[in-house]
Amino acid sequence: MESSPPPRSATRNDPPHKGEGKKRRRVLPGLPLSLGITLFYVGLIVVLPLGALVFKAASLGPEDYWRIVSSARAVASYRVTVLSALAATAFNLVFGLALAWVLVRYSFPGKRLVDAIVDLPFALPTAVAGIALTTLFAPNGWFGSALAETGVKVAYTPLGIMVAMSFTSLPFIVRTVQPVLEDLDPTLEEAAQTLGGSDRSIFLRGILPLLMPALLAGLSLSFARSLGEFGAIIFIAGNQPMSTEITALLAFIRLEEYDYQAAAAIASVLLIAAFLMLAATNILQARALRYTARG
Amino acid sequence: MPQAKRRPPRVGDSPAVRRTLIGFVLTVGALLILAPLIVIFAQAASLGLDGFARTISHPDTRHAILLTVLTALIAVPINTAFGIAAAWAITKFDFWGRRFLLVVIEIPFSISPIVAGVAYLFVYGLQGLFGPLLEAWDVKILFALPGIVLASMFVTAPFVVRELVPLMQAQGRDLEEAATSLGASGWRTFFSVTLPNIRWALLYGVVLCNARVMGEFGAVSVVSGNIRGQTNTLPLHIELLYHDYQTAGAFAAASILTVLALVTIVAKVLLERQGAGRVHRPALAAPTGKSA
Repeated sequence: MESSPPPRSATRNDPPHKGEGKKRRRVLPGLPLSLGITLFYVGLIVVLPLGALVFKAASLGPEDYWRIVSSARAVASYRVTVLSALAATAFNLVFGLALAWVLVRYSFPGKRLVDAIVDLPFALPTAVAGIALTTLFAPNGWFGSALAETGVKVAYTPLGIMVAMSFTSLPFIVRTVQPVLEDLDPTLEEAAQTLGGSDRSIFLRGILPLLMPALLAGLSLSFARSLGEFGAIIFIAGNQPMSTEITALLAFIRLEEYDYQAAAAIASVLLIAAFLMLAATNILQARALRYTARG
Repeated sequence: MPQAKRRPPRVGDSPAVRRTLIGFVLTVGALLILAPLIVIFAQAASLGLDGFARTISHPDTRHAILLTVLTALIAVPINTAFGIAAAWAITKFDFWGRRFLLVVIEIPFSISPIVAGVAYLFVYGLQGLFGPLLEAWDVKILFALPGIVLASMFVTAPFVVRELVPLMQAQGRDLEEAATSLGASGWRTFFSVTLPNIRWALLYGVVLCNARVMGEFGAVSVVSGNIRGQTNTLPLHIELLYHDYQTAGAFAAASILTVLALVTIVAKVLLERQGAGRVHRPALAAPTGKSA
């Protein structure tokens, strides 16, 4: 009782080296081939182009680089991109959370269809989403004409950019929150209910904190996607410099003007933003895993 | 457990909350997700059957469809082979930097397709790293099929790997080790032991990869040069028709890609029933699941 018993294997009379031999892992074949293919592919397809872009942007020199990335038009594009992405992500926080909640907690006719259609924004090509949303929200469209009576303009305004971003990034929040919500321990809620907590306080103080890591991970994915989105936005945005021109489009326009240095510099800003979001997402996801693993 | 059956209503189960939330979600969902879907088919249908057939059979549209299919036929198999190789290397061996490698493979997910396109320009374009060399050899990569395929492979590089790695990690190495210790070759082990265990997840990754390749717009838009009837893929052709004020024609072409998206979703649901795509879940949920 007071001391741990000797390991069972020691009582056996097998020679110790034989046991060790059994424990040693057999090494599977195929490492050089599979790793070789992987490194070659990643190097050629992912690392080389991004390296070339960084190299091109770095070859500008700090003064030229700063002049391009801090030009009024570029700064205006960051502002509209970031603000629209924030608004879209905030909208998706509410709608995505409600959608995940409804899909997990309630049953109603057509629920499976709703669950499946949530993936449409991922499956539908962005250009198709772009022309469909534009047609809906254009002044003569189904929604646009109805909204025009109330004086709200969506198409060709920052609001349109927000709509396109919300559409393309919605599934991120639903699909990160949904599994966590499904596996929520019902006994926690029961305990809180027996203690007399109201639904609202149990949700805000009990359930929401448990969802928070997944929710934050979903939000950062959604925000990152919105920052880089192009296809769905350019149709609905109006693309006016200084007001409805997103950063990705500005990079594209500089290319079409054969201003490769400016294109490289502006693309590198998007690249840096993407890496920052990637780091944030990885940290949040690692935290989400740790949080649920603690049980 | 009789107690469990007489469980009191859970949080948010009151009829008022329930009705409000379902109503909110279905209304916003109908407006934001369903309406775009309907408008695509409504606009395409406005052409009438003849007009639709004429748009689809126009040489430029036909060429765009062909180019899109051809791109997928090249990019998807190569990407699949890479995905399998990467997942095998990452999950069946311990080597330094495995995690880092996985992070690098997933980079394209976070990067704007426009950035990807611009980056490819600086490798293969005239002002890029290999541009002068390629021109001297008279090899055309940009503004031609190879560029479109490369850009497509960039944006979809993580698709297959992401499905396979969590699953193969969860399955461990014991079966493969047993097979090789019984004398099976590496290939034999892969085809008769590993592949049957990962087939649904693999197919899942391939289906999603294919949908993205066929629908990619931003990256391809930069590297293709938008040459009508030559380097226009279907999504680019849709843009061209739309900006030519042939809205209905654009939607006719778009309806093809929309059908592809719907088929992809159905395939996804069916494959998820086989257990694919949910591999991320047990890792996240197992500990809390056990305590219930």
